[in-house]
Amino acid sequence: MSREGRGKPPAPGMAIPEGRVMPKPDRLRPPAWEGGRTDAPNGGAFQVIGTRSRKVEGLAKVTGRAVYTDDLVLPRMLHAKLLRSIHAHARIVAIDASAALALPGVHAVITGRDLPEYFGIIPWTQDEQALCEHKVRYVGDAIAAVAADSERLCEDALRAIRVEYEVLPAVHDIDTALAHPEWQVNEKAVEGNISKQVRLEFGAVDAALANSDEVVEAEYWYEGSTHAPIEPHCCVAEFDATGFLTVWSSTQVAHYLHRDLAKVLGLPAQRIRVIQPVVGGAFGGKSEPFSLEFASAKLSMITGRPVKILYTREEVFYAHRGRHPMRLKYRTGIKRDGMLTGTDATVQIDGGAYSSFGLVTTYYSGQLLTAPYVFPAYRFDSTRVFTNKPCCGPKRGHGSVQPRFAFECQLDKLAEKIALDPIELRRRNAIGANTRTVNGMRVTSNGFLDCLDAVEKASQWQDKFRRLPYGRGVGVAGSTYISGTNYCIYPNEMPQAGVQLKLDRSGRATVFCGCSDIGQGVDSVLALIVCEELGLELRDVRVVAADTDLTPVDLGSYSSRETFMVGNACLDAARHLRETVAGTLAELWDVPKGQIVLAGGLACATSDPERLNMSIREAFQAAESRHGTLGSVGWYQSPVLGGDYRGGTIGASPAYSFTAHVAEVECDPETGIVDVKHIWVAHDCGRALSPVAVEGQMEGSAWMGFAEALFEEQVYKPAAPGHGFGLHHGPSLLDYRMPTSMDSPELHSLIVESVDPEGPYGAKEAGEGPLHPSVPAIANAIHDALGIRCDRLPFGPPSVLRTLRASDARAAWQRARAPLTHGTAR
Amino acid sequence: MLTLPVFEWVRPANVDDVLRELAEHPGECLLIAGGTDAVPNLKHRLHEPRRIVHLGGVHELRGMRVDGGALEIGALTTLRELAEHAETRAAFPALATAAASVASPQIRTMGTVGGNLCLDTRCTYYNQTFFWREALGFCLKKDGLVCHVVPQGKRCVAAHSSDVAPMLIALGAEVEIAGPAGRRWLDVDAFFVGDGIHNNVLVPGELVARIRVPAAARALRTAYRKLRPRGAIDFPMLSVAVAAEVADGRVVTLRAVVSALGAKPRLLGNLGPLLAAQPIGPELVTSIAQAAHKQCRPLINVAYDDAWRHEMVPVFVARALREALGVESA
Repeated sequence: MSREGRGKPPAPGMAIPEGRVMPKPDRLRPPAWEGGRTDAPNGGAFQVIGTRSRKVEGLAKVTGRAVYTDDLVLPRMLHAKLLRSIHAHARIVAIDASAALALPGVHAVITGRDLPEYFGIIPWTQDEQALCEHKVRYVGDAIAAVAADSERLCEDALRAIRVEYEVLPAVHDIDTALAHPEWQVNEKAVEGNISKQVRLEFGAVDAALANSDEVVEAEYWYEGSTHAPIEPHCCVAEFDATGFLTVWSSTQVAHYLHRDLAKVLGLPAQRIRVIQPVVGGAFGGKSEPFSLEFASAKLSMITGRPVKILYTREEVFYAHRGRHPMRLKYRTGIKRDGMLTGTDATVQIDGGAYSSFGLVTTYYSGQLLTAPYVFPAYRFDSTRVFTNKPCCGPKRGHGSVQPRFAFECQLDKLAEKIALDPIELRRRNAIGANTRTVNGMRVTSNGFLDCLDAVEKASQWQDKFRRLPYGRGVGVAGSTYISGTNYCIYPNEMPQAGVQLKLDRSGRATVFCGCSDIGQGVDSVLALIVCEELGLELRDVRVVAADTDLTPVDLGSYSSRETFMVGNACLDAARHLRETVAGTLAELWDVPKGQIVLAGGLACATSDPERLNMSIREAFQAAESRHGTLGSVGWYQSPVLGGDYRGGTIGASPAYSFTAHVAEVECDPETGIVDVKHIWVAHDCGRALSPVAVEGQMEGSAWMGFAEALFEEQVYKPAAPGHGFGLHHGPSLLDYRMPTSMDSPELHSLIVESVDPEGPYGAKEAGEGPLHPSVPAIANAIHDALGIRCDRLPFGPPSVLRTLRASDARAAWQRARAPLTHGTAR
Repeated sequence: MLTLPVFEWVRPANVDDVLRELAEHPGECLLIAGGTDAVPNLKHRLHEPRRIVHLGGVHELRGMRVDGGALEIGALTTLRELAEHAETRAAFPALATAAASVASPQIRTMGTVGGNLCLDTRCTYYNQTFFWREALGFCLKKDGLVCHVVPQGKRCVAAHSSDVAPMLIALGAEVEIAGPAGRRWLDVDAFFVGDGIHNNVLVPGELVARIRVPAAARALRTAYRKLRPRGAIDFPMLSVAVAAEVADGRVVTLRAVVSALGAKPRLLGNLGPLLAAQPIGPELVTSIAQAAHKQCRPLINVAYDDAWRHEMVPVFVARALREALGVESA
């Protein structure tokens, strides 16, 4: 399915006349404020931005009062459950639900025929049905849905449904997918089991490699993993007597869900309302529509009663959309002086049964690698294939965590070859600020060198690297990530983020925004910005978010876009009203507007604050008396970005964050057990609007990377004489081993602020970037500790011990202790 | 979420009433104490009892007491109580360690010593939801006819997964069983049988009442080592309990138990000649570790690399012995 860029996407369900939007010569651009958008209003000192404040929803969460989707209980509500496939690959011959329907308390059963419309998050690869109509493609694929008075009755009904299958050969991995195109997993594929192929070359790679002093060639394996949010997916749908559908769902993309509900259910979008209650974690695992949303809505339409579906923990593993397994082959060249020459990458991606965001994943697996280092020449050849497993998709650091692991290990090997300190190697190749990558991505602010300095110093790198006793070691890695993408998933010229702001004469502000707080803190970001601009106290701002009836569209919580894009929209809305309020007071007090300060619930004029002051409430009332009802809007649209070639906008972002990690490990050579003692995380987030939230994201990201490095794997049991392929290895939180606090390293967050010229107050992303270097930093630390290279994830004890036995690790460890060329922090 | 099956529920107040319930509803009852093992198993439909007999009200089975140097543990004593019991920590420290290594603080607060002793065996093909097992085609232990661990296997090899049992066996502890015919004491070692479907000698109508660690065990040098992927939560992938009687720089007797590999804990045999051949020291530790490696072979009942688990047997036996005997690492 590689048709993007050609032809039109299928007609979406929304009533937005996309095909008829007049072509515009220029994109919408947000207003330019005098003095830019990086400083505090009025050029003064920040009042709340950068202070250590609580998250606005924090108290409700820790006291158990936050309302999650499963907490919703509506009058007359039914429960529903999905029947799932017991085969990895089979044709559905017949479904007989008569016995299920006959059970007392069972109200409706639906199958694929009731929801035949295809959907998919990317308009060019819509290859999913809410319930499989003709074929199942993995163990756990949804076939039918039952609505009944209770969950237990639903289970009884599911067991009463008879499905006749014709079992087909199952495709269990990348090699089988390529070797057996005739065993086609997904009939929407243009060819065999190919989901997407991207080949791009920038500069003369072969010549660059030929002219290198050293070339390192290696193959890496990145195992799949899943998000495992603590809140399982849940949805409540209510189709009321007027034919209006309300859907409450634990989603991170209310707007996209809104569109796909309209498409699949055949309802006009203006008669659907999507509400996102408090979400208990998502990490990318809730960034597209799922079977439960369509099925509960359809069952509500049929029964005329509200319907709830709550996935079991097992079903969350089947919904998946987690980290793609990738096989990555890299050739990277370097000169004796430590300068990189060329990089040649071949990436094979195991996508599971459907496309999801796979088109983007395939591009990201190559496009996002080209910073923070200069790539003189670069080529990548990425192929995503379909297999009979739950569908992979975007997990925190979408598409770029795997190549980053491989590449940062390559750098460590190259550094060893030329006896250069690996931090110094990274410094010498740093791309710097206000430049362009080899693949045409615009880089503005860049704090990468500060990140390297920070982790080098905090970890006492110079005293530890190559100097610790056998079994202990340190490793370094760097990375970059996007602060949102520059296009919406479906082509249109409307803003990517919108905010409406209302000031009340009681002295309160309410922010309305379609953004999605999934725990990362975007609601708090909005509140902080409004407080900063309008002089309110944090408790006097309410955030109403992710309700398509009440809030302007924001595209949702993915690709680390919320702080940057929604933050900018909110900054503009708040600054408009600040101008109104400050202008009113300036007139009233007959002072220049520049003298008006709004802070801490008070307004005053700096020339005579003892006399010229009033409460913010009085200031709002004065402004409302002068200008009428106080409200404003703000929106964000990114500039035109990216390279001038097909796919050149994928990976383009208005700003890039930068990260460096140093990991310290203690390894047990007798068991292969790796204990990560510390990870120092330095992250350039532009400006930390809420340092506590930024540190939380840095710790959480680094921890998630550590978990993938050593513990977590979403894998499946091979076929055996007694059973077929495709059973999940252990779809529970007991068998899917997320590390506990007992296993976790000390995480040290070091915030670096480069102040991005286009970010709200200079802010960039912090939610995904800091995950990337964890895995390679740990791999490189294991090498420093034991003299072995861990090129395959996860670095569990059996694998580490095998690698240790397969080579003369001690000799390699000794060799690596040759004198090094060190650099110095700037 | 996963639902519980439909069942009747009773909460008797004493052992006699429990026994009467069991007698009146033969083969239909499931005993529940802390429920930490039974409740997930019910949700997975691994147990489908008509009647649940909740032991929470049977106060006579609670608590510990020291009787002439022996430690008596009521079956309803929680794992946390055992792990934190001052007398146990002083006299039988490895038993406190074993209890403290079960799962997590929350589960130890609910889970009981009796429950841990009677813990259902575990297998990657068994401890799964009904849906998952249906997709598997079920297995020998529940609802099916074939073993997926040992193809053509006729005996269930689900793994004994209790942490306290191996240590109790090493200490020579006894278990008191209450049944319709009265009470009897049995060596904990004899309590287990090598059948993964039901790996102990309890017959319907019986329950575990008490456990007694003999006073003589106070003199033993002991250690408990547990191999698990994570520092908490996980069941053992391998457990090693050792208790040595030491005199004049030699080990006189050694009870070394290796478990979590098959349906019952394995008490290492034929150690006498090794103990007689050398005094306490690294060589003795190595020779016993090698014997353990030969005697113990893990199966793929636990979803973790079995070759590695086998390699870890001598490593963990050696580590336990070094700890118990105070031998420095070679």
